[in-house]
Amino acid sequence: MIKDATPLIDALRDPQSVSALGDGQWSELISIARAESLIGSLAHRLRGLDLPDRVQAIFDDAIDSHELVRTQALWEADCSRRALFYVEGKTVLMKGTAYVAAGLAAGVGRSIGDLDILVAKDKLPLVEEALLDAGWEWVKPDPYDDQYYREHMHELPPMIHRERDQMIDVHHTILPLTAKPMPDPQKMLEDAVELADGLFIMAPVDMTCHCVAHVMADGDFAGGLRNLWDFHGLVTEFSAHNVQFWQQLEQRAQRHQLLQHVRWAAVLSHQLYGTAIPEQWSVGSKIRDRLTLHRLTARDGYGRETRKLTRLIFYIRSHWLRMPPMMLAKHLWTKFRRP
Amino acid sequence: MSAMHHIDIEVGPARFRVASAWRQAVSTLDQLYGHYPRVEDDLVDFTVRLEPEKPWRKFIRPSVHISGDFWLPDAAPLPLQQHLLAAEMGMNLQMALGWRRHLLLHASSVEKDGKALLMTGLSGSGKSTLSAMLGENGWRFMGDEFALLCLDSGMIQPFPRLISLKNEAIPAMNELVPADRFGPLLQGTPKGDIQHLQPQQAAVETMDVLAKPALLLFPRFGHDGALRNMGKSEIFVRLTQASTNYVALGETGFRALTRFVDEVPVKAMDYQSGDEAQAMIDKLWAELR
Repeated sequence: MIKDATPLIDALRDPQSVSALGDGQWSELISIARAESLIGSLAHRLRGLDLPDRVQAIFDDAIDSHELVRTQALWEADCSRRALFYVEGKTVLMKGTAYVAAGLAAGVGRSIGDLDILVAKDKLPLVEEALLDAGWEWVKPDPYDDQYYREHMHELPPMIHRERDQMIDVHHTILPLTAKPMPDPQKMLEDAVELADGLFIMAPVDMTCHCVAHVMADGDFAGGLRNLWDFHGLVTEFSAHNVQFWQQLEQRAQRHQLLQHVRWAAVLSHQLYGTAIPEQWSVGSKIRDRLTLHRLTARDGYGRETRKLTRLIFYIRSHWLRMPPMMLAKHLWTKFRRP
Repeated sequence: MSAMHHIDIEVGPARFRVASAWRQAVSTLDQLYGHYPRVEDDLVDFTVRLEPEKPWRKFIRPSVHISGDFWLPDAAPLPLQQHLLAAEMGMNLQMALGWRRHLLLHASSVEKDGKALLMTGLSGSGKSTLSAMLGENGWRFMGDEFALLCLDSGMIQPFPRLISLKNEAIPAMNELVPADRFGPLLQGTPKGDIQHLQPQQAAVETMDVLAKPALLLFPRFGHDGALRNMGKSEIFVRLTQASTNYVALGETGFRALTRFVDEVPVKAMDYQSGDEAQAMIDKLWAELR
């Protein structure tokens, strides 16, 4: 039995490594890849290799399935564009939808759930109204949650389209307002790059910072392997096209108060996927990195999450990062007392 | 992490690794699926996981949480006595959410003369029971839950998993079939009483033999015997609702389904008893050219 997610990381990093897998290990690897939402990326990565027939069929399915996911994501993005046509200001696509809209390597085979967009904070009331007019509605109309989102979060409460059943998250910045770093969404909007159809994506440095904020500064590393695979894809492609990329990234990360996080993500990505990063960046806290890798690979050959204690530590950390202690206590108390 | 036991099960074109925290439950599955092909290489399409809802629930009021490669966030746990149902639901979930090599129709199917009869309808329509009965009366049983429509050829691929008999169908089938082909009786499940029935050996041995769809019925149990024609658009819409992966297949699914609706004759069939239904089916079948 495979004991953790290392074979998945190895396969992404070095496709030839799968030649060592036995039949049963293939089944385990596939369960792990599905659980980590990396089956599509893996399928693309292993294209052209000589694989067992049943495995090849599973990967062919994954490739087909993600092709449809891609089409749907682009369609959904276009729906939002039409809904927001008369709202002044940029609509910036985020995460997976942005990667596929821009044709980036990080988008190839990537799973995409909700549509995430970034708009200017002062346009939120108009955006909200336009989306409600166009058929989106609130997912969970709960007064506490609603108020919480509006006062402390970086996005509106989630909305879902009543006919297409697709969710949209409308962001006005990239981290909860209660988190310590204060990124500069204004700069992200200013520098956003227009695509042919009138939608925008973030500039490469901002896109990378957002990817990092998402995985390192706002969460418990669940789905971390996928998010760091995104990071690997983004920085590898951006730095290949722009020799100044790392330097610009450093400056921009500083501005968003995310430099430490960006460097840490780079170190982890380097350790996991062999990402080429600037030499002086590869220094990190060994203990912290080892603990994080232990967390990131916590999955067994049945696709189950393992290492409960390690995961708990990161879960607590995620709440700690998200809000100050007294506020956290109040929040958890309210949540606890609710039926 | 608690230990898991697993068994690989092959049904038609799909292979499942059913893993459970309870060894005994795996051996029940092993026994009931004993006459299915052995999976020697441990290479499967899907993993199903059956685990205690909370660690202590392995022993105290044990309850089975269903998950796997594909899962739904709000699946309610089942008591351990209903482990076989949990396994069935786990396998269904993998097919419904994960299978893309066929258009999945929520329908039963049987075969005669190389041609397939499909029956679809809401739960309680009797489609599953009718397929089980016909399977004992001269037809080859192809599946009681999913009919797999080949995307290119339009043929039906058998998926003859254990037949999941419910409520009144249980005594009815016990009259027809020897006791050693039944699993344990599961009482008081969310779907009422359930008992699993092994398909005939021949149906399992020929589970890779396809059949051309020749007739689709929408049976409805509990109404006076009657046959009605249905409009193509109604048939199409009802089949999109009866398909678990029609949307996920995109244009491929649309093509396969429109072709099916164009080529296969359809009747809505009301009936009061199994005998009445069989007589109606025999007559319809004889009238097919």
